[in-house]
Order: sequence, then C-alpha cells, then structure tokens
Amino acid sequence: MDWLLFFIQTLNGIQYGLLLFLIASGLSIVFGVMGVINLAHGSFYMIGAYLAFTLSELTGSLFYAILLGIPITMLLGFFVERFFIVHLYHRDHLQQVLLTFGLILIFNELQQILWGGDPHAVPMPAVLTGSFPLSDTLSYPVYRFFLSAVCLGMSIVMYLVLKHTRFGMRIRAGASNRTMIEALGINIRFLYSLVFAIGVALAGVAGMLAAPVETVYPGMGEQILIVSFVVVVIGGIGSIRGAFIGALAIGLADVYGQVFLPDLASVAVYGVMAGVLLLRPSGLFGRGT
Amino acid sequence: MTVIPSKFVIIVLCFFIAILIFVPFTGDKYWIKLVTRMMVLGMFAMSLDFIVGYTGLVSFGHAAFFGLAAYTLHLISPEETAVNLLWALPVCLLVSGTAAAIIGALSVRTRGIYFIMVTLAFAQMLFYFFHDSDIAGGSDGAFIYFKPVIVLGELTLMDLDGQNVLYFFSLVSLMFAYGFLLIILRSPFGRVIQGIKVNEHRMRALGYNTYIYKLVSFIIAGLIGGYAGFLFACIDGFVPPELLGWQESGLALVMVILGGIGTLFGPALGAVALLGVEELFRERHIFGQLSEHWQIMLGAFVIAVVLMLKNGIGGLILKIGDRLKGSVR
Repeated sequence: MDWLLFFIQTLNGIQYGLLLFLIASGLSIVFGVMGVINLAHGSFYMIGAYLAFTLSELTGSLFYAILLGIPITMLLGFFVERFFIVHLYHRDHLQQVLLTFGLILIFNELQQILWGGDPHAVPMPAVLTGSFPLSDTLSYPVYRFFLSAVCLGMSIVMYLVLKHTRFGMRIRAGASNRTMIEALGINIRFLYSLVFAIGVALAGVAGMLAAPVETVYPGMGEQILIVSFVVVVIGGIGSIRGAFIGALAIGLADVYGQVFLPDLASVAVYGVMAGVLLLRPSGLFGRGT
Repeated sequence: MTVIPSKFVIIVLCFFIAILIFVPFTGDKYWIKLVTRMMVLGMFAMSLDFIVGYTGLVSFGHAAFFGLAAYTLHLISPEETAVNLLWALPVCLLVSGTAAAIIGALSVRTRGIYFIMVTLAFAQMLFYFFHDSDIAGGSDGAFIYFKPVIVLGELTLMDLDGQNVLYFFSLVSLMFAYGFLLIILRSPFGRVIQGIKVNEHRMRALGYNTYIYKLVSFIIAGLIGGYAGFLFACIDGFVPPELLGWQESGLALVMVILGGIGTLFGPALGAVALLGVEELFRERHIFGQLSEHWQIMLGAFVIAVVLMLKNGIGGLILKIGDRLKGSVR
C-alpha cells in the first residue's frame, strides 16, 4: 500500500480515537467518581447528533448549534441525574445497568417520536468544507482536521482542569475515596450532578462534532457505547490517561482493521480488547478490583 | 441458602404447569405461540439466573449463546428437508458451549463491572459478525424453512412444525432445564459456586480453583441458553441478528430481576410477566396512540421494577410460603 494512503488512514484513526476519547472519558469519570455504570451514555451522543441536525437547520450554522447544544445537553444531564441516577449510588452494578438500560429504551423511542427513523445528513460549516491536497489525487478534508483539533483541545482543557484546579482536585479525590471527601464537608450531591452533567455534555459535543462526518441515524448511540466500553475496559475504569490511550488504540485498530482485514473489521477492535485483558485483566491503568 | 424448593413453591409451580398443560386445548394459535415464547425465554432467563444469582457473575452478553444456537440451527438445516433433532440439537449445544468456553475463559478472569462490559463487548462482536457478514442473511436475518424432526430409522416420532408439538416439547425442556440446574446446584459443585458468590477469597483459601468453577458454571449457563435459542428459532423459523444483540441480553436480565435473582423458578415467571406486560402495552384498545411507542412504557416499567422490586416475583412467592409455614406452626 502507498505510504500516503497509510498516512491518511492513520489520521482517520487518530481522529476517530480522539472522538472516542471524549465519549469514553465521560463514561470513565462518571464511573470513577460516582461508581455508576451508565449505559445511557451512548444515547447522549445520539441526542447530541440529532440536536446538531435540528439546531443547525434552525440557526443555519453548526457553530451556533454546538454553542446552543452544550447548555441543552448539560441541562439534560442534570435532569437525568436528579431524577434517575440519584437512586443508583448505593445499589449494585446489576441494578445500575438495568435502570440505564430502561433509559435507553425511553430515549430511543423519544428519538423515534421527535425525529423519526430516517437518517439525516448535517452540512459542514462553509469555512471548513475544503480539503488539503496531499498529492495529485489524494487530499484530506479540513473538517476532519478541525474535528481532531477540537477534540485534542478539549482533552487538554480536561487534563488541566483535572490536574490544576480545585474542582479537578475534588473529582480526583472523589474517584479515590468517596466517603472521605463527603466527610471533609464537600457538597457531594452537587459535585455528582455537575460531574454527570459534564459527562453528558462531553458525549453530546462528540455527537454534534461527528454529525457532519457520519450520518445521523437511529441506533448510532448504541454502536458508539459498546466501542466506548471497550475503550474504558482497555484503559482501566476510572483512569483518564487509560481512556486516552485506549481510545487511540481502538481508533487505529478500527481503521487499520477496515483497511487490512475488511471482512473482519468490526472484530479487530474486540481482538485488541481480548489481547489486553489476557495480559492485564483490569485494563492498562486499572487499579485492580 | 436453600436450593430445594419448599412445599409451597412446588405447589405454586404445579399450579402453573397445570395451566400450561391446559393452554393448547384452547386452540387459540396466537396464545399458544405467545406462551411458547414465554416458556422458551423463561428457560433462557433461568440459565442466566444460574450464573447471575448463584455464581455471582453478572453477564450482559448472555444472548450470544442464545442467538448462536439459533444461527447454528439455520446453518445446519438444509433448505428442502427438515433436519433431525437428534443430531441437530447436540450440534447447536456444542457450538454454544464452545463459544461459552472461549468467551468465558477470557471474561471470567475479570470481575465486577469489567465482567459486565467484557461479556457485553464479546456478544456485540458476534452480533456484528452476523449482522455485517453475509454467511446467514446479514441484517435481514435468516430463515429455517423446515423445522427439526425426530426420526429414528424410517419412523418420524415428532415434528416440531406442529404448533402443539413444539409447545409441549418446550414445556418438557423447561421442566428438564429446571430439574437439571437444581440437581447441579445441590451437588458439591453447586455448593462451591454458591460459596464463590458469597466470598470468593475464602473459597480460594479453602483450596478451590475458583476460576475453573466459575468457567464451568458459565459454560453450563451457555449450554442451557443455547438450548433455549434452538427452541426459539423453531417458533418462527426466523433468526434475526437481534437475537444476539444486547437488547436481548438486557431484557433477559430484566426477566431475572423481575422474577427474583437466585430463585431459578422466579426468572421463568419473570419472562412470563415481561412478555405479558409487553403484550399489554402493545394493546391498541387500552393505550391507543401510545401503543405504537410501547418501548417508552417498557422502559418506564423496567425502571420501576429496578427501583421498587427488591426480590421480584420469586421473592414474593418465597415470602408467602414462609408466612404460611409460620402460621401452621
């Protein structure tokens, strides 16, 4: 294979990986801090994508759609946490899985009612429609660069917030010892709501950003949810660093899988997971249970 | 932990079996089919309860074995004649059991939340394999044109094409599965896996290789789940990839919770209840327009069950049994 083509595929893999990281990090933080396994996380990705579709039609630009979409998804996250997730903090994983499974059924059906079953395309912002020429015949779309840059930027902001702010310190403290930070007088209720809302917004933004690249269709949330699970399992649950490495590994495995083993593309991702689990049953950066 | 069902439970179960025997005599094809589905899914939920409720392994990919057996039946059924159940069923079980051994060998190494996610991921892998590849109809699903028959020499003993034959075969299979799992749970092996659920560290300290015990119980559940999948494929003669999907696994877990974890007979009743509720929500006369979006109501129902029912239907029956026992004394 041409090395240039290989280079393009690598860029695609990194872009997909960075997108996955936005989703998986929310999943991982919510589990790390709140101890809740949230199956409905993929639904928020889907909702983000559909919001991008509707809002960009209303406002005429994807940029405005994203700016409007962030507060909407955060509010949705706040609402869902206050009404449903609250009941799950002291329950076992089985009940968490089932309640969030029920939420998925509801979200999927609401999506059918609001938007119907047809797939939709979301136009890219006009500024970003071009592509960079790489050779006479090959080029790389600007939007994908933009997508990677935004995801990378958000990842860096997330890292800085987690490592260097008081809020980030509380999240990390919550992840390592929940009872202790409650005892230290931190309003854990509000912290939980905020963390959950941020996780939802991250998934929503990922959906909005991905909308122009991938079509918006029913069931897109489930597909991405399972892959995000794989990422989180590979990285180690609750580890942001692990989620980052896992996301890039899965992004590349998926893209290379489609190039080298087209028949088994969707199996390649799970092969990587099986390999990691053989060596490290609690993921690359997992603390072990 | 009591494994042997109390007298009261046996009486309740006999009552249910009596009703089940009566159903085909109504002659209502829709009802016979619905109850067949209830029994088959009840068997599936029961096999899941064996690992969730007794070994303590919360598998979110149990549909993999269910769907795999169904697909195997499609693949080994010739298009123009019926396949002989006497070898078709063992082949389907062998495929499900092998898959359970491979998936189990990898996933049983993990625990807790990792186990949930890993079993889910492996089941999805199989789902995409059948959904994307064209070996068995892809996303459209596959058909089984002639349902399995039991042929000995020249003699056709049983033809599952007959609705009542399939009905009674499913009923006998369900009772067989219940008895089989009960016997295993009463055996020394069953005691060990129940010990693992309560305290795995202690069992290991006692010298048990807990990995092997967990793996074998995973395989047993996969086999019974596969048996149920085989029967399910016979009901409609149609095998969609969704049989392997995570919604199927999720609904099986809901049946287990609804019926009562760790009661074995409970999840079978949970399957009856869940399918009954689904049927109710789809009823146009009661819910009108909303019946088209019955999944919303199903989702709300699932959430309500999780939040409100601690021990499920099975727990309720056990409680009534205990009360009665107390009043006799």
